[in-house]
Amino acid sequence: MSESNEFVKKVAEKKYEFGFTTDVQTEIIDKGLNEDVIRLISKKKDEPEWLLQFRLDAYNYWLTQKQPTWGHVHLPEIDYQEISYYADPTVGKDKGPKTVDDIDPELMKTFDKLGIPLEERLALSGTAVDAVMDSVSVKTTFKEKLSEKGIIFCSISEAVREYPDLVRQYLGSVVPPKDNYFAALNSAVFSDGSFVYIPKNTRCPMELSTYFRINARNTGQFERTLIVCDAGSYVSYLEGCTAPMRDEKQLHAAIVEIVVMDNSEVKYSTVQNWYPGDAEGRGGVLNLVTKRGDLRGANSKLSWTQVETGSAITWKYPSCVLRGDNSQAEFYSVAVTNNHQEADTGTKMIHIGKNTRSTIISKGISAGMSQNSYRGLVRVAKSADGARNYSSCDSLLLGSECGAHTFPYMDIHNNTATVEHEATTSKINEEQLLYCNQRGISTEEAVGLIVNGYAKDVINKLPMEFAVEAQKLLSVSLEGTVG
Amino acid sequence: MTSEQQYIELYNEASEVIKAKSCPVMNAVRDEAFATFRSKGFPTKKVERYKYTDVPSAFAPNYGISLSPITVKASPYIYNIKEAPIDVTPYYNNVADKEDAITALNTALVHDALLIYVPKNERVEAPIVVDNWLRGNAATMMNRRMLAILEQGAEATVIINDHAADKQQFLTTQVMEIVCHDNSRLDIYEIEETTPLCSHFSNVYIREGRDCSVKHNNITLFNGMTRNLCDVYLTGENAEITLNGCAIGSGNQHIDNNTLIHHQVPNCHSTELYKYVVDDNSVGAFAGKILVDKDAQHTTSQETNANLCASSNARMFTQPMLEIYADDVKCAHGSTVGVMDETALFYMRQRGISEDEARTLLKNAFMGQVIDQIKYEPLRQKLYVKVEKRFRGELDKCEDCRLCK
Repeated sequence: MSESNEFVKKVAEKKYEFGFTTDVQTEIIDKGLNEDVIRLISKKKDEPEWLLQFRLDAYNYWLTQKQPTWGHVHLPEIDYQEISYYADPTVGKDKGPKTVDDIDPELMKTFDKLGIPLEERLALSGTAVDAVMDSVSVKTTFKEKLSEKGIIFCSISEAVREYPDLVRQYLGSVVPPKDNYFAALNSAVFSDGSFVYIPKNTRCPMELSTYFRINARNTGQFERTLIVCDAGSYVSYLEGCTAPMRDEKQLHAAIVEIVVMDNSEVKYSTVQNWYPGDAEGRGGVLNLVTKRGDLRGANSKLSWTQVETGSAITWKYPSCVLRGDNSQAEFYSVAVTNNHQEADTGTKMIHIGKNTRSTIISKGISAGMSQNSYRGLVRVAKSADGARNYSSCDSLLLGSECGAHTFPYMDIHNNTATVEHEATTSKINEEQLLYCNQRGISTEEAVGLIVNGYAKDVINKLPMEFAVEAQKLLSVSLEGTVG
Repeated sequence: MTSEQQYIELYNEASEVIKAKSCPVMNAVRDEAFATFRSKGFPTKKVERYKYTDVPSAFAPNYGISLSPITVKASPYIYNIKEAPIDVTPYYNNVADKEDAITALNTALVHDALLIYVPKNERVEAPIVVDNWLRGNAATMMNRRMLAILEQGAEATVIINDHAADKQQFLTTQVMEIVCHDNSRLDIYEIEETTPLCSHFSNVYIREGRDCSVKHNNITLFNGMTRNLCDVYLTGENAEITLNGCAIGSGNQHIDNNTLIHHQVPNCHSTELYKYVVDDNSVGAFAGKILVDKDAQHTTSQETNANLCASSNARMFTQPMLEIYADDVKCAHGSTVGVMDETALFYMRQRGISEDEARTLLKNAFMGQVIDQIKYEPLRQKLYVKVEKRFRGELDKCEDCRLCK
């Protein structure tokens, strides 16, 4: 397998494609975290009093908590005073950009380089985009077209100003500020993110998408996304992210809250490609995220699909609370780790309503010296008669220095529930490799084929636009990992 | 007063008495173990391996400590540790996890220990039987210790029965250290059949050398609160371990099994099968971890945990874990919590079998898979009967004990 080692090396040396920085005039507030900083962020965003109080309560709770250590990752001690909590690259324009022309051309170039269709000339791509750089939403496209249907899609700061009642009703109702350490931190200092509201009986005509980018040095990104899908509606939402290459670790602590009402459906897809650090494990993004969906209505459906290829450390458990009767939840995940990356990711399925169903399909691929863990919880409450869960977690190990781990938790309090869990860990089947080799397919290609087939269950669940990106990402991360 | 405090005071008062009744090899590690316990205290539910059992409250009642000696019937392989035929210092408290608070407490308080020693290449035909009887007129704490050493090529079967003779509150801590030298074979059966008043904490540590084969069977037929920990260290190549467990809970019983199989070297094989039936308000918990070290290539491992929740108040926790640092391995686990097959029930009812009877038959068949694995024929037959009786609710008194007759 010496060949394979060379390949691992090759890939390790491969440059992170999105590792450039943008030289744009950015207003960064001083480093450090205290009540004044929170008041300053709130003031800059022109927020109402209740939101400031919400932030301060979260901050005071956060002060009483300790950084959790239970994850199977080596989370460094983070110096929260060494981070700047607000960076605004749109400074200099009055109250944010109104049209495309108002945006700093450097900024536009950045998003062009990333392939994000910010300009209306890319209207044909058919995706509405909210682009967030550092702490501020730069531009949201297709707003007018969406508003014809009554759909609200804007940055959360704008939503706070324009639709304060809606935001107040739902913000923190799925992930309360006291949920966990990083949720409290985010609730205290969150900057920008997307807000989506789909009114009753509306099918959102296009994919909604948010693109997150960390640019400024020594800043953390604390975005907050809130999606509310009212009764009988449907929305598909995509999220993508990148960051420049820097030697120091960057903190990213986000919250995503999703509310799903009666008979409605939300599909949430992520392709996470934060900077993973270099081959020696220097730098990279610490991705510490709380994502949760609340299936409040009967017959509601929520589907999480994630492709995780980046981040130095991933600590992320997109969860579903199945409150409504007959509600359905799905979690599809591919997590790829290479070099010194560490991922501890999985899901929580909390069954409360009757006849609720959940499916978990998790595929982990570890290479290099990385550690990849699945951690999941399936809880069936006493009230969840007829609940059904199926979980399957497979891990693939490419290389002898990496690790793959499975930590599923099941907590069943109902005698009519059926819960199944299975997990396997193995390396690439030698026979399959031989079969391909015999037919003139090089080992590298064969590995690509096998791994793509292995991840197909998940990739198939992604919307078209993202499936292509995800497949490309997978091949970048994997094409050389095994001989 | 916290739960720990009374044990700290107990030790300060009684350590001299305990030491006097004990022997040098046990006394040598006693103070150190006590220091560990004092600094650690009882594990709370925040400690991952004790997540499902409330240890401090189990130890909270005021128990008197029992210092009655172990009776050993004349047998060639079984000894009181004071009469050990070999030097046990390298083994005693060296296989166990010294950092575990329950083990530390046991090491500090235990006054007597049992030794099973099978010399090189000896094949013990008849099973070695250890009967533990809990007797007393007041709430009593028992600390039990066992050390089993199988020399190279030795073979043995050990059956450990736990009984309670009196309807009294009993608290047991038990630490078993098992050392299997190269090419030895051991079948060990632990059968718990006590009363709902008993609390039982058992920590079993097994260390296997090259080409060993060990089968550990943990059968909880009737109990109060039980917490079993079983750690297996595979330190020689081609070693094999089979862990089987059967747990039947009803009433307010609590059964928590926590296992760890640590593959430290290549080419070892492990199989694990634990089955639970939880009824009424009982709580079952299973956590099993397979840990494969970086160099332990060609490990094969299969872990299965299947559970049946038979009532709407019963609760089942399960947590099958894989932690793998080697790439050329085949490891799998499966875990299910399910309901009884409605079509099978319907089939039986069509043929005039009452619903209760049909359910009992199904539960019995479900547990049969674990009992089938028992190699020692007379015990297997006995357990088929006992398990069936248990499901019919006829086992809440121990029929074969002299007190009930």
